[in-house]
Amino acid sequence: MNAHSDTAHHEGKNYLNHERGLWSWLTTTDHKRIGLLYLYSILTFFLAGGVFALLMRTELARAGADIIQNPEVYNVYFTLHGVLMIFMFIVPGIPATMGNFLLPLMIGAKDVAFPRLNLFSWYIYVIGAVMAGFALIHPPDTGWTFYAPYSIKSGSSVVLMTAAAFVLGFSSILTGLNFIVTIHKLRAPGMTWFRLPVFVWGTYATAVIQTLATPVVGMTLVLLLMERVMGVGVFNPDLGGDPVLFEHLFWFYSHPVVYIMVLPAFGVIGEIIPVFSRKPLFGYKAVVFASVAIAGVSFIVWAHHMFVAGISDTAAKVFSILTFGVAIPTAVKVFNWVSTMYKGSITFATPMLYAIAFVFLFMIAGTTGIYLATLATDVFYHDTYFVVAHFHYTIQGGAVIGLIAALHFWFPKMSGKMYNETLAKIAFVLVVVGFNLTFLPQFVLGMEGMPRRYYDYPPEFQTLHTISTIGAFINGIGYTWALLNLAFAALFGKVKAPANPFNSLSLEWQTSSPPPHENFHTVPEVTDYPYAYGRPLSYENH
Amino acid sequence: MSHASAQPLKGPPHIHHMDSVTAYHAAKLGMWLFLATEILLFAVLFTAFAIYRWYNLEEFHAGSHHLNWILGMTNTAVLLFSSFTAALAVDAGQKGNNKAVVKLVGVTIACGAIFLIIKYFEYSSKYHHGYFPGQANYLEFKNFLGLYYCMTGLHALHVIIGMGLLTWVLLKAKKDRFSHDYYTPVEIGALYWHLVDLIWIYLFPLLYLVG
Repeated sequence: MNAHSDTAHHEGKNYLNHERGLWSWLTTTDHKRIGLLYLYSILTFFLAGGVFALLMRTELARAGADIIQNPEVYNVYFTLHGVLMIFMFIVPGIPATMGNFLLPLMIGAKDVAFPRLNLFSWYIYVIGAVMAGFALIHPPDTGWTFYAPYSIKSGSSVVLMTAAAFVLGFSSILTGLNFIVTIHKLRAPGMTWFRLPVFVWGTYATAVIQTLATPVVGMTLVLLLMERVMGVGVFNPDLGGDPVLFEHLFWFYSHPVVYIMVLPAFGVIGEIIPVFSRKPLFGYKAVVFASVAIAGVSFIVWAHHMFVAGISDTAAKVFSILTFGVAIPTAVKVFNWVSTMYKGSITFATPMLYAIAFVFLFMIAGTTGIYLATLATDVFYHDTYFVVAHFHYTIQGGAVIGLIAALHFWFPKMSGKMYNETLAKIAFVLVVVGFNLTFLPQFVLGMEGMPRRYYDYPPEFQTLHTISTIGAFINGIGYTWALLNLAFAALFGKVKAPANPFNSLSLEWQTSSPPPHENFHTVPEVTDYPYAYGRPLSYENH
Repeated sequence: MSHASAQPLKGPPHIHHMDSVTAYHAAKLGMWLFLATEILLFAVLFTAFAIYRWYNLEEFHAGSHHLNWILGMTNTAVLLFSSFTAALAVDAGQKGNNKAVVKLVGVTIACGAIFLIIKYFEYSSKYHHGYFPGQANYLEFKNFLGLYYCMTGLHALHVIIGMGLLTWVLLKAKKDRFSHDYYTPVEIGALYWHLVDLIWIYLFPLLYLVG
């Protein structure tokens, strides 16, 4: 592992071309390639989930039945949109793609701790996806939450779909476990805990939630299966079961899961803002502890999804107060990002634009979250479009924008090419304008009383719904444009990326672009944390 | 693996991205984390058990009398003994005594099989007396029996998985793979087996004794 593996041997060789052919990809244990396998998979499901979203928005463009004559079909559409987007796109979204690709590079390791387990996780994910595909024969209509008792009675293939979600969860558990061990055991010499990039900290906090929360929903879904197949009477009220227990157990995972989606995105933003502000990340330790605190608090707020489900007043008050607690570490992060930019030498490159959009959108998401955490207002807003809009501001405005920012920022490292900056910026405008046009009206619709999950509405909601639909299409065009721009650059791009086009100080930029199979030609020695900026930016003249 | 033919099989396998000491600690941490996920998996069932016992105390009390505590006790003894042999196997592995590992792991797997056979007789007697879901007498103790089947069924599945894992360890020991430098599979296999045992230690009194 020494002299011969340096320079001459590696000339022109990188992780993309050191082996060739489909088989070399399907059997790879290289974390970078597995990251790309995940990326192609999740983007496929992002597209599919997006199509269902647009079908729903098309139906909702005008009052009355338009393209969907049967309301049951609409139930299927929002269920599939939810299942695809949650379980198959955004939960593995950043951790399994960017996390896989970046984590070992960022800590100066050659791979994750268990490379074969890593590949196995991807195969489990694919098996789960195939099972979900077979469930489409009788597409489920329960919503992605599978609430009992309807999920026990629904004639659709709930069994197969929940089994698929269980399998997908298992994949998520193994990825999280792999990352925790990797961060604990494989850091390069000198890479102390407080020299870890904040993305690694975000991924670590995420991995803890993946490992500890996912088994709970896994078992809950198995109990639901047992209920349907054998009638054991755990959730079925006819057999003495308690459907509210299902909600408790489901949200014990499914609330933390929104932090699985968004914590890595926080990490991404924490990487991008210092680089393009040329300033050290403000309050590094505060940002780190905020990530860990969010992961911790996420486990004790689940019942805020159930304020109107018949839980006791005392429980509701406690969960309401605890939920307010989430605002503190989240605000710490926002203030730190903004303070990082303060008096910085800011370059508005595409990743930075997405990062700034993230801060704005997530602030709206967080602020509207306060409305929903407050008991009195939640009774009013519950199950309205206000919730839909709030949720999409956190998950799309947060996690998806974070993923797109990450894809642009690390694209030169992943592909070895540069993308077209102008086209990327146009896509950015489409995404952000389209997104706000879609979901800002939905806040108003919710306040006016539009319930979620209805395929029709009274004529007075017409205008806002039409605006929302137009926004959704602009949003969809924006994402397609952004991703096609990247795909085009990766396949046909002429501009080769230098090792460190954005002058970042973190380790993944210190190796060549794309990185060699073993990540680093020599094991790096780490002497400082990765945000000691203050030098002029050479990005413009790369 | 390419140089495996040139060298004797003893010693840790070649791993390209870390040294063997790190690999040992990584594998152990990985297994401990996995055990944590297993405990959370069962935690759902324990939670459900606590809640439904609170709702239906009398049903649970009466239901537990339908379980044969002597068979349950026997199974507890079998699993405790198997955990003991698993622990001895780790000790033998650390000393590189592969023959002893084969014997001790073999006994552990056999204990797992005995456990499953006893469990089979318990289940089939329930079936013959009509206490299975969908049968006539099930509704009388539905919450208790529903959880009993879910908990013991999932546990039995874990016994089977543990036996599979230990078979893998046994095959490695047969090939004389373990030495004081490399005994990771014995250790993580035994860790898993101890968890399977530990969960049963909680299941037995909850289901058979407390009622």
